[in-house]
Amino acid sequence: MTFLQFLITGLSLGSVYAIIALGYTMVYGIAKMLNFAHGDIIMVGAYIAYFAMGKYNLPSFVAVMASVLVCTLLGVVVERLAYKPLRKVSSLSVLITAIGVSYFLQNGAQLLWSSAPKMFTSIIPADTIKLFDGQLTVTYLSIFTIVVTLLIMVGLTLFVTRSKIGKAMRACAEDKDTARLMGINVDTTISITFAIGSGLAAVAAALYASAYQSISPTLGSMPGIKAFTAAVLGGIGSMPGAFLGGLLLGVIETLVKGYLTTQLSDAFVFGILIIILLVKPSGLLGKRYVEKV
Amino acid sequence: MSMLEVKDINVYYGSIHAIKGISFSVNEGEIISLIGANGAGKTTVLHTISGLLTSTTGQITFMDHNLMKIPAHKMVTLGLAHVPEGRHVFTRMTVKENLEMGGYTLPKEEIEPLMEEVYSHFPRLKERESQIAGTLSGGEQQMLAMGRALMSKPRLLMLDEPSMGLSPILVDEIFSIIHSLNEAGTTILLVEQNAQMALSIADRGYVLETGKIVLSADADELLHNDMVRKAYLGG
Repeated sequence: MTFLQFLITGLSLGSVYAIIALGYTMVYGIAKMLNFAHGDIIMVGAYIAYFAMGKYNLPSFVAVMASVLVCTLLGVVVERLAYKPLRKVSSLSVLITAIGVSYFLQNGAQLLWSSAPKMFTSIIPADTIKLFDGQLTVTYLSIFTIVVTLLIMVGLTLFVTRSKIGKAMRACAEDKDTARLMGINVDTTISITFAIGSGLAAVAAALYASAYQSISPTLGSMPGIKAFTAAVLGGIGSMPGAFLGGLLLGVIETLVKGYLTTQLSDAFVFGILIIILLVKPSGLLGKRYVEKV
Repeated sequence: MSMLEVKDINVYYGSIHAIKGISFSVNEGEIISLIGANGAGKTTVLHTISGLLTSTTGQITFMDHNLMKIPAHKMVTLGLAHVPEGRHVFTRMTVKENLEMGGYTLPKEEIEPLMEEVYSHFPRLKERESQIAGTLSGGEQQMLAMGRALMSKPRLLMLDEPSMGLSPILVDEIFSIIHSLNEAGTTILLVEQNAQMALSIADRGYVLETGKIVLSADADELLHNDMVRKAYLGG
């Protein structure tokens, strides 16, 4: 029964990682860059939801929508100002810029909202469901988180396989120059990808902050880097991979915390990253595409 | 007046001067062949017309539009389609999705009839409609790349090495399709290493050597030219 308990907690945590990892992986797939500022978009999203609920007394759903809107815009603006001018330079420069943006957002948040943590009220009631004579306790938040993640995954899959923009995104991910020859505006497509990834980050932010109930300017770095690990685990660039990687990572982390050690659980998580990079760098569902000349 | 007019273009890859002052023209209804050895700059010329590369000088005019001021993704709406060297089909998308991408700029209701038209030229693509493009043979990928370009209803179709890596039978098939597309009113700019094939269906030809046009004449004349025969037609 404890195992089932850990499993549900793990799936719920993993769901949040999965949502963040989807953003990472989509941006990587199309812009071929690791957006290390992605975690900090989550942090901004959490603060927006916090202020919308706390200061302006908006209902939590509206607050989350406001946060999604702000993060979507922020993602697009960051891409335009920081990454777009670097489209033709080495990927190392872009990577360093992304780290710079990450620090910029963290320090900006400290300046605006101070570095003291703030209490975050869960976006949904803190009730629980007790099963098996109270042996198994499942929070509403866990169920909600898992359901939302499943919906996002299904929605995104339909979007990239069925919609015109989704197909254009896949074309750009594979071959930008040829996509241009088809009449696809690659810059716009990249912007849309950043918009979607950042909007998802805001959803993840609300769920993550609801689980931990405390927010601070460095809130985004840990889930950000774990989601990155999840994306690599699943195969970066692959959406089902990000989903699977996120869930797996959440479950593994929770099981390690439950059965082995709380302090070293993060070490286990990043140990997985190292092992994956050594054994199967393309990840669980990633394919290594041979460049045909 | 010619449909496509390329005037004195110069293209650099870093410090390498790849195209050195090339000028040529394509008239409506013609098949024009650009022939030349590997590295002569044929592909670079097509990329420059399409806007994937930029020329530092000169002018490129296509049906009164100054192409040098137009971004690459707008070319297709002018009626200019480019089948790149090595096909470049979207290998992770289905045949049908590839064709849809070819008609990306068109309204939805035009896609279906155009696709049927493409299938009439390339019946094999119809059979493979829902197959992932990466699993097609080289010849089928070439057909898909051409079909995809035709989805945009081009006035001018630029083909880069359509015969590359194909068996002689397939090369014949592809060239007869090019010929029939031209008969149906599409102007063709053809880049080829297979000079014999390219000149045999062309109206006129240009010979490129290390970034310069060294010869231009009617295709028949080029086929019988001593220099061309020695360099490109195996004596």
